Amino acid sequence: MSSQPRTLQILNFVSGLLLAAAAWMSLGYAPTERVMGAVQRVFYFHVATAWVGMLGFIVAAVAGVIFLVTGNLKWDKIGLAAVEISLAFFFIAIVLGSIWARPIWGTWWTWEPRLTTAAILEMVYLAYLLLRQGVEDPERRARFGAVYTLLGGISVPVTFVSIRLFRTIHPVVIMGGNPNAQGGFSMETSMLQTMLFCIFAFSVIFVTLFWHRLRLGDLAEKVEQLKLKLIQ
Amino acid sequence: MDNKRPSSSYFQAVLAVAWKDLAAELRSRELLSAMLVFALLVILIFNFSLELDKEARENVTAGVLWTTFAFAGTLGLNRSMAVEKDRGCLDGLLLAPVDRSAIYFGKAISNLAFMLLVEIIVLPVYSILYTSVSTMRLFTPAFLGVTLLGSIGYVAVGTLLASMAVQSRTRDVMLPILLFPVIVPVLVASVQASRAILQALEMSEVMAWVNLLIVYDVIFIALAFMVFDYVVEE
Repeated sequence: MSSQPRTLQILNFVSGLLLAAAAWMSLGYAPTERVMGAVQRVFYFHVATAWVGMLGFIVAAVAGVIFLVTGNLKWDKIGLAAVEISLAFFFIAIVLGSIWARPIWGTWWTWEPRLTTAAILEMVYLAYLLLRQGVEDPERRARFGAVYTLLGGISVPVTFVSIRLFRTIHPVVIMGGNPNAQGGFSMETSMLQTMLFCIFAFSVIFVTLFWHRLRLGDLAEKVEQLKLKLIQ
Repeated sequence: MDNKRPSSSYFQAVLAVAWKDLAAELRSRELLSAMLVFALLVILIFNFSLELDKEARENVTAGVLWTTFAFAGTLGLNRSMAVEKDRGCLDGLLLAPVDRSAIYFGKAISNLAFMLLVEIIVLPVYSILYTSVSTMRLFTPAFLGVTLLGSIGYVAVGTLLASMAVQSRTRDVMLPILLFPVIVPVLVASVQASRAILQALEMSEVMAWVNLLIVYDVIFIALAFMVFDYVVEE
């Protein structure tokens, strides 16, 4: 427990390399987009961080269900770790999106379905963390957390559909097109390569952070137990 | 849950829990009067903050009403669960030899009754304070139907989350924080459907939102039914 396992040490190193390579690919390798110019390069990290954010929330919802079925507290730790990491990555995705939107849409923020849903998603998981803070019994905290991630996991897609019934201006680059979208573009091969590489790099970074967060959870639990022993 | 009881006793249990709340409320009138006064105050505040003149009213009536219902609703949900917790009633209820989901449905029915009562009183008051062509449509079956569907969804999720919130340390502030992010679809759909009805738009515009409300209600009642056990487990 005291020192990091060998695989994790390697992962640390690989994650650093991948991050540097992803930065080089999106800033240097990919061509400058003709209409939008340099600001379009934000897109690669935006998509990759948003992907990691979604991945974590799906992991959290699945871990919640497994916890409710099995009652094994290990799944609660997995859920919490996933939510915390995703919260950070989703926030980065929103900030990067804003940086891109300012010159392209002419505004930092607009109440468009994806943006609104992203904001609500962040609120759901902030509420999740607040709820956990307010419950002391670990077993009950885990149950409440699992129930709430489940509720959130189902309500967020419904929220997206409900807001989608309005008009949307978010460009859909990957699947199909939307005639009302502003700032869409078609990707060259090297752009596609860069995007896929960034997604891959951030997925590896996610795994590394996830592992660290799980270790942190175990250590925190150990400290908790040692404290209890001291009191007794 | 192993020994199957006849289904009639399940419904009796649901009704007994709901009736217990309604009877207690009939005697004290604590909850309803608080919800009502609060709802009227919210409308009053909207009057000052939004300057509800004739044109503004046409556009924001649905939003004002649903915001009022949502705020007054949290007050009621919080209170109805806090009472159970404070006086140890919840433990008593949990000891009863009935399926625990019966407790959930009983509480949900009484919460829904309180919410509908508040809405029934707020709607005429609103239409008197802000008379216009559109407020005359507040009492059409379509509008009342949308109000009912929206309230069902709100209460279905609210009852579940209120029983979690009262068991947490920061219980008074917890419920709105937990409830509002997951209730967004209900509010969006209810407001849009209500607005379409008030502006006398075509029925097809209303139906898209009504369908969404029905889907939400069904999904979340089923979900609450499945997970309520985990929320009250000791």
